[in-house]
Amino acid sequence: MSSTREAGRPGAIWAVPALLFFTLFAVVPMVLVVLLAFTSWSGLGSPHFTGMDNWTRLLHDHTFRESLRLSAILTVVSWIGQTLVALPIGVWVAGRTRTRAVLSAIFFVPLLMSSSAIALLWGTLLDPNFGLAHVVGPWLGVDDGNFIGRPSLVLYTLIVVISWQFVPFHVLLYQAATRQIPESLFEAARIDGAGRVREFFSITVPQLRNTIITSSVLMIVGSLTYFDVILILTNGGPGTSSRILPLHMYLEGFSSFNMGYASALAVVLLVIGTVVSLLITRVTGYSKMTSQREGL
Amino acid sequence: MRSKWRRLTAAAAACITGVSLAACSSTEGASGAGGGSGSSGKVVVWAVQDDTLNPVVKAEMSKFNNANHASASLQTFVNDPYKQKLQTALGSPQAPDVFFNWGGGNLAQYVHAGDVVDLTSLLNGDPTWKAKFLPSVLNTAKIDGKYYGVPMEGVQPVFLFVNKAVMTKANITAMPATWDDLLTDVDKMKAAGISNPIALAGTQSWTELMWLEYLLDRVGGPQKFADIVAGKPGAWSDPAVVQALTMIQDLVKRGAFGSNFSAINYDNHGTEALFTTGKSGMQLMGSWELSGLVGTFPKFMKTGNLEWAPFPAVSNGAGDPKDIVGNPSNFYSITKSSKNVKTAEAFLKTVSSDDYVAQLIKIGQVPAIAGVESQLNTGNYPDYTQFVYGLVKNAPSFAQSWDQALSPSVAQTMLTDLQKVFLNKMSPQDFGKAMDAAK
Repeated sequence: MSSTREAGRPGAIWAVPALLFFTLFAVVPMVLVVLLAFTSWSGLGSPHFTGMDNWTRLLHDHTFRESLRLSAILTVVSWIGQTLVALPIGVWVAGRTRTRAVLSAIFFVPLLMSSSAIALLWGTLLDPNFGLAHVVGPWLGVDDGNFIGRPSLVLYTLIVVISWQFVPFHVLLYQAATRQIPESLFEAARIDGAGRVREFFSITVPQLRNTIITSSVLMIVGSLTYFDVILILTNGGPGTSSRILPLHMYLEGFSSFNMGYASALAVVLLVIGTVVSLLITRVTGYSKMTSQREGL
Repeated sequence: MRSKWRRLTAAAAACITGVSLAACSSTEGASGAGGGSGSSGKVVVWAVQDDTLNPVVKAEMSKFNNANHASASLQTFVNDPYKQKLQTALGSPQAPDVFFNWGGGNLAQYVHAGDVVDLTSLLNGDPTWKAKFLPSVLNTAKIDGKYYGVPMEGVQPVFLFVNKAVMTKANITAMPATWDDLLTDVDKMKAAGISNPIALAGTQSWTELMWLEYLLDRVGGPQKFADIVAGKPGAWSDPAVVQALTMIQDLVKRGAFGSNFSAINYDNHGTEALFTTGKSGMQLMGSWELSGLVGTFPKFMKTGNLEWAPFPAVSNGAGDPKDIVGNPSNFYSITKSSKNVKTAEAFLKTVSSDDYVAQLIKIGQVPAIAGVESQLNTGNYPDYTQFVYGLVKNAPSFAQSWDQALSPSVAQTMLTDLQKVFLNKMSPQDFGKAMDAAK
């Protein structure tokens, strides 16, 4: 009895490399960040303990509150927006025709580019006098092409850029998941007289439930920690109009060199990220990993 | 149990992917750092990327290496990432031997952290060498009475760049001598259909800062900023600061920078493109702008439309109209962690060599070296270099760029809030209050 059990299950020792990596590169830095959050440190010399100073500052920091609000908008708008775009495209490109294959290859181009390349590309496109913004602006009611310099528009412009970058990835997820749906379900529906729209809402979408959750978790947690394109395009500006929480943390740490305060912001970010992803997996029942095709 | 194991494996896989990514980036960092120095006279020099200046430094470096059997090497970085890299590298084994810096408050924090070699005895031990540097410039690297750096490139005052073709189009016959002249010129340019009369790259707040630096000096004199640097309580709420900011907001409302200046990016050559295509007539920028124009817009340079002028005077202002602001120079300093301080010190002496100075002049720079007047007409842009030299030589005060003179954290708050002032989202009074509270 015992010998078969040992043969069937690998020993705990196999987990050692992974655990070691995880401890070294995730747990240790996390613990250090929590410790640093109670210190004052400019990156030069050694940190000195300042008690709750960073945390009282956090409570009175207007920019922190503003950055929380901006992060929330970014997360919700880009989640809804990207899902509404990625889901239909993904389902559409799942069809096996040549046009779709060619088009989906084109859709995936942004996926192959690095974030900095995307930011630099969009930086040129968004130049209000010589870029695409100059041409497109008047069509959209922005006559002077000022998309990233206007406090009321900048965040939404950035959401478009970020969506452009990540939609292809989610399209890929939905494409693969749609191809997994058994053809027999559609055939049965067609026999019952269901049209394309009915098929989409009654079969495709329910069958994609787990994929929608996966994609949502990736989008939401991704938006919470997102910052590279924003850093390069606007540096959080104008003023603090696009200074989302991770960027606020970064600028405090690496431009103002308030490493202690930046660590306190990092702890907040860590807590929010963990709570949000736990909440999603709990509420949606994702952690139970139930099959969608029981009985098929 | 099984699903738990599966999840653990997935976590491990994710972790390893994450780790390899992290490893990739850190390897890149390490190779960039060059890992300090060895024993064979190896000197690693870090500097900011500059397509015109870097080749001159490299040429001088190879001569130095041949003459001294040393191996000095140059590594360059883009401006903002460079500051971050330096801050984290100093005092660590990744530190270079010699580093490029801006002097002032920026250098002071490295000095106070005990990372920089004191060059006072080196300079005093070689009086002819020390006497070569313009004292006002050398003093920017003087911290607590000791010298920590030597100027390694030209002086960089800020002044007005003017496109003559636009002036002609707008019927402007003379350079603006006073602030009122400037306002009239702006109106004339707007009437002539110039969309952005003065090119301003509002996504980079430091370009906006130049306007405040000059106006505060013209309105209140150099002491006002000296008070700010000294941390005098209420210095930011001084009436002169408020007046300077109000003048800026008036200028913005007048449409001097166009309506979309806050989306223009200096690094994308957004302002240079406006200026060289005649969509702007003026730009307030540092003397380094010439090499940018020469490098990126050679056709414009051939038209001969580039002109320049000092920042206008403000009537009834306390400041001398001959005062200037900008970067006195950039400096080389030696890190304490260097294993080859002697070779590094020898390398520092190359910044005043006749060849190096001649090459700087050739690329349009004005070295911070005394007695170069006679050579200034030898370069490619003699009128320009002579103007810059005259500007610096005759200036009673040469204020260092505020973002370099102040501590990084105060400078960041200032740069962010200044953008709000330019967009009329913050009043001059609130700016003063916020800055007085910043630390």
